[in-house]
Amino acid sequence: MASKIRVATTSLAGCFGCHMSFLDIDERMLQLAEVVEFGRSPINDIEHCTNCDIGLIEGGVCNSENVHVLREFRKNCKILVAVGACAINGGLPAMRNFIPLEECLAEAYLDGIGVENPQIPSDPELPLLLDKVRPIHEVVKIDYFLPGCPPSADVFWKFLTDLLDGREPSLSYELVHYD
Amino acid sequence: MSNTITIDGNTVPFEDGQTIMEAATAAGVYIPHLCHHPEFTPHGSCKLCTVNVNGRNCSACTFPAMEGQNVLNNTRELTDDRRKITQMLFVEGNHLCPGCEKTGNCQLQAVAYHLNMLDNHFPHFYPSRELDASHAEVMIDHNRCIFCTLCVRASQQKDGKDVFAISGRGLNKHLIINSQSGLLKDTDLEATDEAAHICPTGAILIKRTGYQVPIGERIYDHKQIDQVSLETEHPRHGE
Repeated sequence: MASKIRVATTSLAGCFGCHMSFLDIDERMLQLAEVVEFGRSPINDIEHCTNCDIGLIEGGVCNSENVHVLREFRKNCKILVAVGACAINGGLPAMRNFIPLEECLAEAYLDGIGVENPQIPSDPELPLLLDKVRPIHEVVKIDYFLPGCPPSADVFWKFLTDLLDGREPSLSYELVHYD
Repeated sequence: MSNTITIDGNTVPFEDGQTIMEAATAAGVYIPHLCHHPEFTPHGSCKLCTVNVNGRNCSACTFPAMEGQNVLNNTRELTDDRRKITQMLFVEGNHLCPGCEKTGNCQLQAVAYHLNMLDNHFPHFYPSRELDASHAEVMIDHNRCIFCTLCVRASQQKDGKDVFAISGRGLNKHLIINSQSGLLKDTDLEATDEAAHICPTGAILIKRTGYQVPIGERIYDHKQIDQVSLETEHPRHGE
């Protein structure tokens, strides 16, 4: 039996909505599991991305850890896919780009309504925030883009089955949405 | 009606004084556009309607139709150019569709869908732009302005007012509002003005109407802009 196609997934500065939408392929997941096995993914809790064929990246890049994870995926995935609005253009997290980072942190941790024991979190384990949220194609080379907030389950299905069947992936008008 | 041009090999008649865009629309041929509107003087700024005329690229909305023109419109190369132009429009402003109430009714988005634009390709500018919610019924989100000047032209040519203008050049170009304070509330703009409704993006919006039609049931959710454009911009092709 031919070895299975390895797929890894991650959510960077995203809301896991794209992952939820991926799971919305429902019973088709069983069909997929016949030809695909999962590498690193929140679905199985594997922590590192090694030797994968397809990497699906949800979310933009908002902190140093996102950059490391994204580079690990690029290094270990033959095909890297930007999934959803945030991965493609920063999405709603990028709305903080118009407010200085210091003001964002002050609003969240010092001056915001209901804040107790105000202090900016500074534990060394916490990844440092970038000054701006960035789409992932500004950090690594991306091979394919699946727009949508989130892309519908049918987008995941069409894209993956195209790829698995050896066709150049294409999305029809009905499958392309930015909202 | 003896005058004809060809568009992608098809013969298209034109009348003296018509632009290539006007002749094409009358013949039911869609040329992608954002700053063009049949009711107003052409502006030729968005460059989406770039066509190839006898080997040279030009804007179909401003270029006069002339006997002997061999026009290329629907080609792979021009579609690629138009997709790049649309990507540049997206990265130059802040177009975050999931948070915009114009989504599904937005012509910028619809043109991008039509061109099968799946990413923005270029690095994002994330420019800092203002929002003017001072007017009781109309708001302006400058993040979404693409400087098409349709509001400027509609205000002058249809409403008989002079509410908007474009100021500055290059990266500093911006929409300005004709009042002492620079705020919309101090102008004579009314929600019934054409200028308040003509914006092809979500830059000028009528307040409290944004979600009357649910996402998924909006103009471009199931209909492509080429069809909508020909139906609405030339009555002969309407339903």
